[in-house]
Amino acid sequence: MKKASPTDSPLVEVRDLTVKSQTSTLVDNVSLSVSRGEIVTIVGPNGSGKSTTLKAILGILKPHSGSIHMAGKTRIGYVPQKLEINWSMPLSVHRFMRLTQRHSDDEIDRALAVTDVNHLKKREMTALSGGEFQRVLIARAMASNPDLLVLDEPVQGVDFNAEVDIYRLIAELRDTHRCGVLLVSHDLHIVMAQTDTVVCLNGHVCCSGTPHAVTSSTEFQNLFGVRGAQALAIYQHHHDHSHGPDGQIIPEHDHNHHA
Amino acid sequence: MLDDFLIRALLAGVLVALVAGPFGCFVIWRKMAYFGDTMAHSALLGVTLSLLLEIHPGIGVFLVASLIAISLVLLQQHAALPGDTILGILSHSTLALGLIAIGLMSGNRIDLMSYLFGDVLSVSLEDIQLIGIGAPLALIALVVIWRPLLAGTVNEELAQAESQNPKLAQLCYLLLLAGVIAIAIKIVGILLITALLVIPAATARRWAATPEWMAVLAAGIGVVAVMCGLSASLLADIAAGPAIVVSALVLFLVTTVLPRR
Repeated sequence: MKKASPTDSPLVEVRDLTVKSQTSTLVDNVSLSVSRGEIVTIVGPNGSGKSTTLKAILGILKPHSGSIHMAGKTRIGYVPQKLEINWSMPLSVHRFMRLTQRHSDDEIDRALAVTDVNHLKKREMTALSGGEFQRVLIARAMASNPDLLVLDEPVQGVDFNAEVDIYRLIAELRDTHRCGVLLVSHDLHIVMAQTDTVVCLNGHVCCSGTPHAVTSSTEFQNLFGVRGAQALAIYQHHHDHSHGPDGQIIPEHDHNHHA
Repeated sequence: MLDDFLIRALLAGVLVALVAGPFGCFVIWRKMAYFGDTMAHSALLGVTLSLLLEIHPGIGVFLVASLIAISLVLLQQHAALPGDTILGILSHSTLALGLIAIGLMSGNRIDLMSYLFGDVLSVSLEDIQLIGIGAPLALIALVVIWRPLLAGTVNEELAQAESQNPKLAQLCYLLLLAGVIAIAIKIVGILLITALLVIPAATARRWAATPEWMAVLAAGIGVVAVMCGLSASLLADIAAGPAIVVSALVLFLVTTVLPRR
């Protein structure tokens, strides 16, 4: 698999990040970094602090301790987790693109072309399908030419085929725009094969590294169970096995990556 | 010219409608019709305060409605009860408290009905001054906070992540809304203000392609409703406040039935 080699110093470096709510510790001593051209995926069960970590990086939540260091003028494009447009607001895709910044029509056209949704420009946001909606969200984030693209569960409400396409798109953006990508996913099955680094979170970082190293680590298997851990491996190697009716893996080749 | 009570009524009504439309858009986008109702219901307490301090009723209403709005936001963030339960508790208890307080304060000196349902035909020069200064100011301020407020209405975290400061914009909006309620009381009264905010905005929704257009249309529709309501009030000798609200309703119904384009 082709891997863009991460270059330069990290775009963002998080050290010993701790975020607390009034009653509990949401994120404990998390460290991670994202470099230009690198895709970092945070996985973890519900309530493991994935979104909290993102929000701290984005400046929405205040860290209790630890540091978040951004390189120079790192511009961030953000694709939020849940975005429900109230029907009572007339909001076309074109207007939505200018929600927080005054992009020119040219810039908007270019950004929409990047995610292949130019034809939706005049459509109302509420009339989009799940997949179209996410593509528009990503286009909006790309419109300001970000150095770092941050996505919180970018395939929510998207059917499986569109899901695979969106992950492919994210990997493409990393290559064509030379940006870093930090994304969060709760669904282990769909952690993209192009991920360079997986950070497995459960309040604290329980393990991190290449997808292969993480899935074979005991911490990861303890957290998700052996089957869960295998599910991640399956996606990476989906070409060399098929599934039995019960989801059991039937290898088509002699070699077995999960051994 | 301002000596004519009709001219004063028309001027006050039109100015208030121009402001109520755009503010009403945010009321429906943010799903806070009930919230606005609760703020308006607290207005009688504001009137009482004005009597105590001997200030213009509008100012007292503005102060109390602001206070209620801010405490509602804090309560909704921290209380264990669902937001609409809190509104349900406060909305009518502030109204009841206001009715008692104003009764105790003034005996029979006050025309309660005029506060509850408006009395646009008795708009005084002082009222016109307050509306004439307040309405343009509120509109200008809304234009200033438009972008962060709209972004925060679509998604607060998105707006925050892109340094739009939506919370400050929301606070400004609530204070301005308290001001709008304060100047609108004379026109349609405490119990009908929400209608003046919500109905023109809801009517505008179908015909608007952008949020900005919806705000402009809502203002225009509000103005038409005020003019129709005032005329009906004169011609048929009916109460002006309810006539304005019914006019807005008729506009809403007619345009809803009309085929689009």
